[in-house]
Amino acid sequence: MSLLKTIETGLRSLLGHRLRSVLTTLGILFGVAAVIATVGIGQASSDSVTARITSLGTNLLTVTAGSTVSAGVFGGAGSANTLTMSDVQGLQDPQSAPDIAAVAPVSQGRASLILGSANWSTTVSGSTEGWLVTNTRTMGSGTFFNANDVATRTQVIVLGTTTAANLGAGVGDIVLVKQIPFQVIGVLASAGSQGFGNQDDLAVVPFTTAQDELFGGGVQRILLSATSASTIGSAYLEANQILLQTHHITNPSQADFTITTQTQVLSTAQAVTQTLTILLASVAAISLLVGGIGVMNIMLVSVTERTSEIGLRKALGATPLDLFRQFVIEAGMLTALGGLLGVATGLAVGYVVPRAANIAVHITPLPVLVAVGVAVVVGLVFGVYPALRAARLAPIEALRAQ
Amino acid sequence: MPASDELIHLESITKVYGTGDGTVAALQDFSLSVASGESLAVMGPSGSGKSTLMNILGCLDTPTSGRYWFAGQDVSRLNETELAHVRNRRIGFVFQQFQLLPKLSAWRNVELPLLYRNVRDRRSLALQALEQVGLANRVDHRPSQLSGGQQQRVAIARALVTNPDLILADEPTGNLDTASSRDVLAVIRELNEQGRTIIIITHDPEVAPVAKRTVHVRDGRLVEQVAA
Ligand SMILES: Nc1ncnc2c1ncn2[C@@H]1O[C@H](COP(=O)(O)OP(=O)(O)OP(=O)(O)O)[C@@H](O)[C@H]1O
Ligand SMILES: [Mg+2]
Repeated sequence: MSLLKTIETGLRSLLGHRLRSVLTTLGILFGVAAVIATVGIGQASSDSVTARITSLGTNLLTVTAGSTVSAGVFGGAGSANTLTMSDVQGLQDPQSAPDIAAVAPVSQGRASLILGSANWSTTVSGSTEGWLVTNTRTMGSGTFFNANDVATRTQVIVLGTTTAANLGAGVGDIVLVKQIPFQVIGVLASAGSQGFGNQDDLAVVPFTTAQDELFGGGVQRILLSATSASTIGSAYLEANQILLQTHHITNPSQADFTITTQTQVLSTAQAVTQTLTILLASVAAISLLVGGIGVMNIMLVSVTERTSEIGLRKALGATPLDLFRQFVIEAGMLTALGGLLGVATGLAVGYVVPRAANIAVHITPLPVLVAVGVAVVVGLVFGVYPALRAARLAPIEALRAQ
Repeated sequence: MPASDELIHLESITKVYGTGDGTVAALQDFSLSVASGESLAVMGPSGSGKSTLMNILGCLDTPTSGRYWFAGQDVSRLNETELAHVRNRRIGFVFQQFQLLPKLSAWRNVELPLLYRNVRDRRSLALQALEQVGLANRVDHRPSQLSGGQQQRVAIARALVTNPDLILADEPTGNLDTASSRDVLAVIRELNEQGRTIIIITHDPEVAPVAKRTVHVRDGRLVEQVAA
């Protein structure tokens, strides 16, 4: 029997059991749509993590207090705060650290900012003039504070655009932080919000002022900027050497600080989102498998129901191969249809969800192709056994069944 | 070995069903030959082995032992696919239960055997066959819209659409009233008069005379041959 005719016969039989075919197709449809949507959501969150981390600049190294068991863990402040301003000074020495372009200590806390009747709570960082370079930020208006401001503990503040907008603050205004007046001397250029955390909602004050007037607590972490992406390795070694010296540690394995490069952070974060995506996609893949079992079930029912038809077709000259092809193609059509509708549904989810629920979805061609391919393979694999049953039926037995 | 004008040559065919203690010998040492263009009625009581004989003659089943030559070819040891080709090209079946597919129209039913070989103009061949059985005005009817006699004539059209060497009918009038039986038998007789070999299996003495020769089967053996 020609392929075209086989497909036509299959279509006729599927249309003869419309409801059943639709329900079977739904099983595949949901499986494929789930795979596409979950991988899309995973991809989007991975994109946003990557974007946020790379926006900090790949030249960035972060020194945190305390040692970590495995390198590359994205930790906050260490258990014991062992970083000091003398570490910062050591790292700024161009002789022993020629590959470090900028250094900025950070101590951070949340505080309410008040301007007139406006009140806005945000993250306030105490840092030095190196903050701008290490964070790869630029000014939108006004200026950043300088080394002199840090040395003389001036009460000046630089705001992110979101913070400034929420306070209605501009350069020259005086805002109150914990009842202490700070003069706004600059507003940062927008970095855009990326996935988690808005990088335009923050305030920066001189490190010394923050220590004295706001939170104290010493240096939580030190941001380092390598002179270029290619000198990160040597910058890392120089920083490590200097800190071991200033901390009087002879055995490097007992270091009480950790230096993390941006690439390490990036790969860790990517590994985490990837694991999550794989987990979600596996759950979705299982539903695809369940859909495949549904196809097999329906094909077995179909073979049993059509036993006498199979017998007749055999009597009229259908070979075992003809019948095998007939049933495999029917199963394949069910899953191919389910797969295509599943792609449409997955794409629709990818369109609707970001608009309705503010969850980013990024659908790439590969998972779509893989999902459809898997659906068709599932259909064919699960269609083989029922088709073999049909092919092997003895014509006289089959004809007798009625 | 078969003679040259023999279409069918059975030599000591035995068919045993089942294994071990529960075996039934449905055919025993059965020999028969049918010449090309002959018409033959096979009669016998229920359980005598008529359907078993029909299955073997129709290449739907293979004998346990013995030889079967069909049109000069030994078909007793062919595999399933080879048998399917013989059935498709050389044999037309008419069953007691008509065996039409209920969802297909008359001409689509007649077309069925043509789907399993590469034939063009399947529709016009099907229409020709339907015209031959007097159903030119029923081609688009479904089986449920046809009388029993008409359904059986559709089945006959399906049997002859491939222009087979042999038409095998197992109790073709078993489910029909007298008037419909007469129509169906008339069609079968006409086909034989056009030179086609016909074998009718029946236990109805009214039906047997449609064939020129009648053989009787009892307990799986050929008992007598009567020339009409
Ligand atoms: N598949 C089978 N398995 C076991 N025994 C069988 C099988 N088919 C037929 N038989 C036995 O073989 C014998 C001949 O059966 P067959 O169907 O050929 O008889 P028949 O002459 O066609 O009868 P009827 O006129 O009732 O149709 C019977 O005893 C029957 O029980
Ligand atoms: Mg019988």
